[in-house]
Amino acid sequence: MFGLKSSSLFSDTKKLEREIDGFVDILSEVGLVFKSIVPTYLNHSANGKFDEMVEKVKEMESKADKITKEVEHTLYEETLIPDARSDVLRLLEHMDELIGMYQGNCYHFSIQKPNFPKEFHEDLIELTETVVNCVEALCLTVRSFFRDIKSVRDNGHKVTFYEKESDIKFSALARRIFDSELPLDQKMHLRYFVEKIDRICDQAEDIADEVQIYAIKRSV
Amino acid sequence: MDISIIIFLLGGLFLGWSLGANDAANVFGTAVGTRMVRFKTAAIICSIFVILGAIISGAGTTETLGKLGAINALPGAFAACIAAGISVYLMTKAGLPVSTTQAIVGAIVGWNLYTGSATNIKVLITILGTWVLCPVIAGLIAMGFFTFTKNFILKRKLHILRLDAYTRTALLLAGAFGAYSLGANNIANVMGVFVPISPFTDISISSFFVFSSKEQLFLLGGLAIAVGVFTYSKKVMFTVGNDLLKMSPVAAFIVVISHSIVLFLFASQGISNFLQSINLPSIPLVPVSSSQAVVGAVIGIGLLKGGKEVQWSIAGRITIGWFTLPVISALISIILLFILSNIFNLTVSF
Repeated sequence: MFGLKSSSLFSDTKKLEREIDGFVDILSEVGLVFKSIVPTYLNHSANGKFDEMVEKVKEMESKADKITKEVEHTLYEETLIPDARSDVLRLLEHMDELIGMYQGNCYHFSIQKPNFPKEFHEDLIELTETVVNCVEALCLTVRSFFRDIKSVRDNGHKVTFYEKESDIKFSALARRIFDSELPLDQKMHLRYFVEKIDRICDQAEDIADEVQIYAIKRSV
Repeated sequence: MDISIIIFLLGGLFLGWSLGANDAANVFGTAVGTRMVRFKTAAIICSIFVILGAIISGAGTTETLGKLGAINALPGAFAACIAAGISVYLMTKAGLPVSTTQAIVGAIVGWNLYTGSATNIKVLITILGTWVLCPVIAGLIAMGFFTFTKNFILKRKLHILRLDAYTRTALLLAGAFGAYSLGANNIANVMGVFVPISPFTDISISSFFVFSSKEQLFLLGGLAIAVGVFTYSKKVMFTVGNDLLKMSPVAAFIVVISHSIVLFLFASQGISNFLQSINLPSIPLVPVSSSQAVVGAVIGIGLLKGGKEVQWSIAGRITIGWFTLPVISALISIILLFILSNIFNLTVSF
């Protein structure tokens, strides 16, 4: 009756709600795994665990891809949320890219095996924690976009805060790396990794900005 | 039945068709325009409920229109309907959302003027008064509903998808109610002038059910409206839904429900009797304009949002159209009556 069988309207809606919630959960969980991956990598004695964690991130990334496709399919096929459909799909795609960035970082650590001297460990772990906190704040922003539009701005503000923190930490660490006595090729290599981790925050902030625009569009 | 009667009734059916094509678009326009409800679904629900509203609750407004001027000859009624239909067509061509209500009132006054019959000034003032009241009440209802709904949604923290499902259901229910109210309130425009001279006779089905000649006329008018909905309202629905104001599906629902309540208020014998019974002034049962109700509701929401989004120049043009339409309709009515009585030698009044 509505463009889909009326009896299935509410059950389809609930299923989609669960899928979207699940997708945000994955982004959050990937972040938490990533937060453990960096110290695990730096602690060379636990390389087996590191590979296990990379594999886990890969599985979660595939699951997120699957959900994105399913949600996209259902939203278009059942003509749901016609006014916000393209925004929601773009949002999921950009969040999927974020998961991809986490995964990319893991692979780069696994393949290129950068050699971070002990003196940089603490800073790198701190930068990683800030990045993960930033994405956690983004998860809250996205959840509030779907359920509690009034909180979008507050949560979005937290993303901006963590992004700035991350920039400061990135700059400080990069400066320390280049001020060190390491050979230039190693300095460049380490900078590449630090920059790649920091970029996750930039992407999170871009998404949070998008969500705030979508929220204005969504206002009744 | 005399073939000439069928020809004259065609005037009413033409007006019914134009009501289905234009006014019915106000009921489901926002729902279809925002792609929340499919056109086919909207057309089926609209047609069924317009016919039900016309047959069950169409009598009240018809009586008022009859008091304005009781057209007592079929050629006269034919001229009035054709005049109203043509004037609605002209205004629609000019891009102004008008209603058959204003057109038929103008046409009846035209008939009164041409035939020298007295226009009931009291009834005319009541009708004109409701034309001012209708958009104002619709706007106020929309403002109230908008504030309540917005707070409710924010408080309940509904998921965007859940809200979508509820809004679709609400749009369909409000649309059905709107179609019923439109049938009840506006059937008088289409068939009201034919009631005093109905060519039908009452049909008794067992001793319990009598299908009166008036109800038969209303069924015919309702069917004409349904044909208008199916054949021509799609384009108008998309125009109403997309061009009038960019609206969210929830705002679309508020517009539909406000419009429906106003039309129902001005058609409900029950509410009128109830208000009288508790010594309150009763609501006049007057055919009001669905376009006025929709525009009033949209402006009401626009005002709540600060008024910046309201295109006041367009609102002004629409308002001028509402006052121009009855005048044009009266003039066309007079010209047609002149042609019918002087060229075709038909009796346009007794």
